[in-house]
Amino acid sequence: MRYDAVLNVNGTDFPVEIEPHRSLLSVVRTELGMPGSKEGCDDSECGACMMLLDGRPVNSCSYLALQADGRKIVTVEGLADGGELHPLQRQFLAQGGVQCGFCTPGMLISAKALLDQNPAPSEDEIRIALSGNLCRCTGYQGIVRAVQAAAAEIA
Amino acid sequence: MSATYTAAATLPEALAALASGARPVAGGTDLVVGARQGKAPLPDSLVAIHGLAELRGIAETGGGGLRIGALVSHADLVAHPAVRERYTALADASAIVGSHATRHVGTLGGNVMNASPAMETGGPLICFGAEAVLVSESGERRVAVADLLTGPGRTAARPDELLVAIELPAAAGGSCYARLEYRRQMEIAVVGATCAVTLEGARIGSARVAITALTPRIVRVPDAESALAGGDGGAGAVQAAGDAAAAAAQPISDVRASADYRRAMAAVIARRAVTAAIARARGSSDSVPIPASPALHGADRD
Repeated sequence: MRYDAVLNVNGTDFPVEIEPHRSLLSVVRTELGMPGSKEGCDDSECGACMMLLDGRPVNSCSYLALQADGRKIVTVEGLADGGELHPLQRQFLAQGGVQCGFCTPGMLISAKALLDQNPAPSEDEIRIALSGNLCRCTGYQGIVRAVQAAAAEIA
Repeated sequence: MSATYTAAATLPEALAALASGARPVAGGTDLVVGARQGKAPLPDSLVAIHGLAELRGIAETGGGGLRIGALVSHADLVAHPAVRERYTALADASAIVGSHATRHVGTLGGNVMNASPAMETGGPLICFGAEAVLVSESGERRVAVADLLTGPGRTAARPDELLVAIELPAAAGGSCYARLEYRRQMEIAVVGATCAVTLEGARIGSARVAITALTPRIVRVPDAESALAGGDGGAGAVQAAGDAAAAAAQPISDVRASADYRRAMAAVIARRAVTAAIARARGSSDSVPIPASPALHGADRD
């Protein structure tokens, strides 16, 4: 059976009609056509699917879309302000925080969640906050530098 | 059969759904992932309880304890001053559940009712003598968390009962939960240990010790407790408590660790929990959670 819900994604209401077992990730990617969030492990291990739900990070592969009914969701597509990249996005590029790019959407969301709560994190705090996000390319150094640089820029 | 879903707006609505066979979902962090991993398919009939206001909140009880709503998230627990100060082991445990992407959707109630022998909050709740408040259409009953957890993935709750709150009696002294882990986040205990102690002057008054991921259900270790109670809390007593924890272990070998490694680490992790609990009882303000690997963090705790 399908149920009606309204998902507010990046500030826009999207009415959807979905099955109870659908994940938030699959609905946002396929019904709403926003493929920025990635399906890595589909198991809550890798963090590539991370979105903000009411301002806080969630692994959307493991969250039922119907439970997000009426709530505010932010995906990587919502970070830039029009054509202007978010400081985190700019610094990920500048500091070599991106190689293949698959983990990047989740990393950016995870880092945004961290900076929203803690605008001046220590390196340890950054590493701990991002340890739910796996990257197999960069060795994390560039990612940590990018978050530090973005924090300094936003402050 | 086609799957059905209700988002309960009130507790009676949720209880009625359970009575007619629905299964509850709050954060879904165990339920949905478990289904993906093939542990158990998602139930055909789901009642979402994440909107139930009556299952939220942490309140002081008349007896100096705390009543924690089943929907209180791990993030809420870590942030709560009374939990950090009086039930520190529970704050330790909540601080290392999943990642920051799971801690604010994952709930204490879900952690308990999922009944994993490796769950983080079980040891602290059992050491603090926590009770589970179960409600169904036929009324309310209380079950000690130690009796609620009957085996891997099994509880003493009936399918029509909903866990609405966990009640903690008053606590004094210091406590700690420590685990062996391979990764700081998105991890579950490879081996875990909890210790809660009270002081009588310079000596240890009472002690409670529980082991996690070492037995089919999380249990207290009476021999470790008696090794500590009444003693000076020195290195000899800590060693004896750790050895007792290892002796009580009935570990399994699986993809994460061999039984022998788990048994060896039981003593190490138990000593770490006992040492920190005693230090906290004596007024030290260790970070919550304590560092996963003292050596890596350059803090010599011995």
